[in-house]
Amino acid sequence: MIQVSHLTKRYGDRTAVEDLTFTVESGLVYGFLGPNGAGKSTTMNILTGCLAATEGQVTIDGFDIFEQPAKAKARVGYLPEQPPLYTGMTVREYLSFVARAKGVRTAALDGELERAMTVTGVTDVADRLIRNLSKGYRQRVGIAQALLADPSVIILDEPTVGLDPLQIVEIRELIRSLGRERTVILSSHILSEVQAVCDRVLMIHRGRLVASGTPAELESQFAGKITYRITVKAGPLEAREALEPVPGVTEVLAKPDEAGRCALEVSVTDPDGDMDEKLSFALSDKRIPVLRLEREQASLEDVFLALTRDAGTGGQPEGKRKRRKRKEAQAS
Amino acid sequence: MTAIYERELDSLMNGLTGYVYGALMLLFGGIYVMAYHLEGSVDFTYVLYSMTFIFLIGIPLLTMRSIAEERHQKTDQLLYSLPLSMTRIVLGKYLALATVMVIPVLILGLYPPVVNALAESGTIPLKSAYGALVGFVFLGLALTAIGLFVSSLMENVGLAAGACFVVMLVLYFLTPLTGYISDSPAASLTAFCLAAAVFGIILWRLTRNGGFALVFTAALEAALGACFALWRTRFGGLFAEVVGKLAVFDRFDSFSYDIFDLRSIVYYISVAAVFLFLTVQSMERRRWAA
Repeated sequence: MIQVSHLTKRYGDRTAVEDLTFTVESGLVYGFLGPNGAGKSTTMNILTGCLAATEGQVTIDGFDIFEQPAKAKARVGYLPEQPPLYTGMTVREYLSFVARAKGVRTAALDGELERAMTVTGVTDVADRLIRNLSKGYRQRVGIAQALLADPSVIILDEPTVGLDPLQIVEIRELIRSLGRERTVILSSHILSEVQAVCDRVLMIHRGRLVASGTPAELESQFAGKITYRITVKAGPLEAREALEPVPGVTEVLAKPDEAGRCALEVSVTDPDGDMDEKLSFALSDKRIPVLRLEREQASLEDVFLALTRDAGTGGQPEGKRKRRKRKEAQAS
Repeated sequence: MTAIYERELDSLMNGLTGYVYGALMLLFGGIYVMAYHLEGSVDFTYVLYSMTFIFLIGIPLLTMRSIAEERHQKTDQLLYSLPLSMTRIVLGKYLALATVMVIPVLILGLYPPVVNALAESGTIPLKSAYGALVGFVFLGLALTAIGLFVSSLMENVGLAAGACFVVMLVLYFLTPLTGYISDSPAASLTAFCLAAAVFGIILWRLTRNGGFALVFTAALEAALGACFALWRTRFGGLFAEVVGKLAVFDRFDSFSYDIFDLRSIVYYISVAAVFLFLTVQSMERRRWAA
């Protein structure tokens, strides 16, 4: 279990992380989500003892990372954004070095190496020079390195950046399988990734924790606004008269077109979760033909954008975001 | 620590670094042995005395990668996240460098008996030869620590080599350089004050704490002024004297005069310890402001 309280990191007068407080429970996959420059890497570097905090406290399984660094660090496996690989060594040599530096005993060394290499699927390339490996394999070696000496927490900084779609899927599967046995914290600026892999989300923006919870919780927390997009074959007045009396409907916007159809935007609150039925029955009671009925709810993406898009620095340009989304859709 | 030591040794011996350094030392060692002993000299300390100059190139070559390369490749992140203290990591690296530094020097140690066996007239006194060799090893140990420290300040291997070479050069010519300072007390004071100012700048760069460095330097300068006011006459030529005592390379002179100077050995060990300590501090500083 990791406890972070009032963590602050300043570089000169620039604040990278401000008053961050959260708890990481054992046995779950946590996702640090935030736009680039939000303070994700800084936080991870502090959690792993690579960076000293300006203020605040981090304890790992009860050991303070600043007071008892050796004990705390022994419980953490870390893969930084750029895998720290000695490219002139073979995979086996490298992993054997890291294992010994982490204090794995010689008798247990071979077993430990085999275990880490099998889990990450790098056994085939064990005797190749890291220099000659593809980026996906390097990332796996980086994860294997983090797994050595059996840490209870694995911290991965942007583990899928720069990989091709197939490699991304493979690494995500690997992370999910790791999450079955131990705590995993990963950072990402990619939503679908966090949604696909994580049990808990910590949204971080400008060094502050802006939201946390399960992906579903976050969605519902910010899902105050549910909108139905309905197209009916009727006049705007008629449609409004049918829908406005339905309990839960707060607003109906109607836009008629020349073909006698009407596009409706219906804002509702849906405490019982039966709005689909209510709306369609209300329309059919009035014998209004429904051409299209679609429910729209705030997705994690909307939450993310709402929280991070302030003062024009958080969100990315719309076009770029869509492109990226499409790419990920292909990937997953 | 052994893991760090072995990895560092491995990288020195699997790359060119260790071999280039070894070849350099042995090549010039061989040249000097031939040049001196073919001419009939029986003093092996001359060889070692000349060899100190080869350290000027050898040490930067050997130490340039040690930490600068880790920074450059971002593998230092791994070192920071290991459950090992920075002292152990730095010590592991240093011992590996020291091992590689010592190997060709030990091979040089084979020369005196070989020359003695082949020589037709005159023999090298082995006692003074090995006394000087011990001094030479300790000089190398001190210089290696300085090189490691310079490497820890840099992110670029070439720059680390260049900076280390400049530092070695200045250290080598320290005494001749101080010869240009006049013997007057005022000149000595000026030199001391300048040195204190340079020290202040280094302190400022290292700690990135301008206020602290300024106060410290001001205190140092004030202390110098006070000493000057109290013992004005003592200051005559004092700077050159102090520098002469501190000059790493000049400390080796006594060995070449066939004197086994234990104080110099202690001095070399202290220099190595100070620079290893500074290396640890320089690594730890990165933890504060990466």
